Amino acid sequence: MSDTIKTDVLIIGAGPIGLFAVFELGLLDIKAHLVDILDKVGGQCAELYPEKPIYDIPAVPFITGHGLVEALMQQIKPFNPTFHLGEMVTTLEKIGDPLFRVTTDRGKVFETKAVAIAAGGGSFQPKRPPIPGIEPYEGKSVHYAVRKMDAFRDKRLLIVGGGDSALDWTLNLQPIAKRVTLVHRRDEFRGAPDSVNKMRALVAAGSMDLKIGQVSGLEGGDGQLTAASIKGNDGAVARVEIDAMLPFFGLTMKLGPVADWGLTLEDELIPVDTGTFETTVPGLFAIGDINTYPGKLKLILSGFHEAALMAQKVYHYVYPDKRLVFQYTTSSTSLQKKLGVA
Amino acid sequence: MSDVQDLSRSSQSNAKMAKITFVEHDGTKHAVEGEVGSTVMETALRNQIGGIVAECGGACTCATCLVHVDEAWSEKVGKPSAEEEDMLDFAFEVKPTSRLSCQIKVTEALDGLIVHTPAYQGR
Ligand SMILES: Cc1cc2nc3c(=O)[nH]c(=O)nc-3n(C[C@H](O)[C@H](O)[C@H](O)COP(=O)(O)OP(=O)(O)OC[C@H]3O[C@@H](n4cnc5c(N)ncnc54)[C@H](O)[C@@H]3O)c2cc1C
Ligand code: FES
Repeated sequence: MSDTIKTDVLIIGAGPIGLFAVFELGLLDIKAHLVDILDKVGGQCAELYPEKPIYDIPAVPFITGHGLVEALMQQIKPFNPTFHLGEMVTTLEKIGDPLFRVTTDRGKVFETKAVAIAAGGGSFQPKRPPIPGIEPYEGKSVHYAVRKMDAFRDKRLLIVGGGDSALDWTLNLQPIAKRVTLVHRRDEFRGAPDSVNKMRALVAAGSMDLKIGQVSGLEGGDGQLTAASIKGNDGAVARVEIDAMLPFFGLTMKLGPVADWGLTLEDELIPVDTGTFETTVPGLFAIGDINTYPGKLKLILSGFHEAALMAQKVYHYVYPDKRLVFQYTTSSTSLQKKLGVA
Repeated sequence: MSDVQDLSRSSQSNAKMAKITFVEHDGTKHAVEGEVGSTVMETALRNQIGGIVAECGGACTCATCLVHVDEAWSEKVGKPSAEEEDMLDFAFEVKPTSRLSCQIKVTEALDGLIVHTPAYQGR
């Protein structure tokens, strides 16, 4: 499957800024592919605050995070970008002048004339509970995601959390596991009511256990868990024998592989030139929350501006022999053709 | 992602202040002045209190501004909203008096408030 994918620009991160970059590049006839570790587009707006209001998008007095992402997707539709979702960009290497080879954790290989790092606050990764002594078990018997359900067949599982991930995996794994115990801090669940009802029915039928409390300690050795202590809200501690634990505490942003691409970072941010939003490496750009420069504001508005200026410079790499003529979408028929409105 | 840059916008002169004491996990105490109308989280950031991360800048979407309200103050501070309760699920070592400090407004009635910051925020 490692046929190299060739493109003009690879955009790392499909947050609002990566999405808008597709538009600005598209107006200049530059094709883009986007990669995001999330299984959906929209970055922070989609993952952290889809229902919350945003009041400072110019000329849009009010829009929700979700609404903004929908509107951006509509706006970039004419340019038909290719999305690679649920994949993390792991390596980035300069192989030409400029030409980059970029690979993902799913084994995809891109060859691209320019790269736009629009990685925001970094890649979304599961939160790790600060349970004392959890580290040696991570990846062995503590898992933050389920890759293969079969790995949990006939195991005694402790699932922790009260949202949809915890409930969905409880329901999916209960039929194949030896025993599932779900632990949550309170007897109320954020997850879909239907899942909550199904889970409660299983508990009532004696097919699984529900414990209200928080995991306070772990037992085991050599990476293999044998038991966990669960502290109830009354302070009483119960011990459950387990083979594996699956904590679902939501996602947080960690810088991730961006740190390994040979760029000099300032406080985990990528310094850029403010005329082009290019890094110190020609052809390698950084836009949105991930970059830094004097006066930087982590606002969607600023990221949009950065994407527009970046596109101008990228044009020179993609079409080195052409001269770029400045045009308005209002009056340029050539731009309007690209947008499918003329 | 913490919006420290944003906080300066709301400082006004001769605003009403309330005294807030933050007790860090190791017992270190910080007695500071919080502006009435701002939040306990903002007060913590302005005064560089350890243990408050506030990744989302007060939008009740990160649960990294957890505090344990001192027993004596718990009733006055009140209970979390349903939205905050949901977010508390993402925090660790949540106690009956735990709150997200970005959701506690500083009021004159809270003059003297004592809150404890945890050893870790869930990150
Ligand atoms: C609660 C909250 C409220 C906010 N309110 C406002 C507001 O009112 N107005 C405003 O202007 N801004 C607001 N912001 C900030 C705004 O959301 C950000 O500025 C914006 O999301 C930045 O967009 P971005 O595309 O740069 O990055 P992000 O939205 O962070 O997206 C980056 C994407 O890159 C992906 N990624 C990172 N590394 C990799 C990798 N190696 N491989 C693959 N994918 C990767 C991530 O998974 C992520 O999806 C708010 C933020 C929060 C959390
Ligand atoms: S600052 Fe994020 S929830 Fe309080």
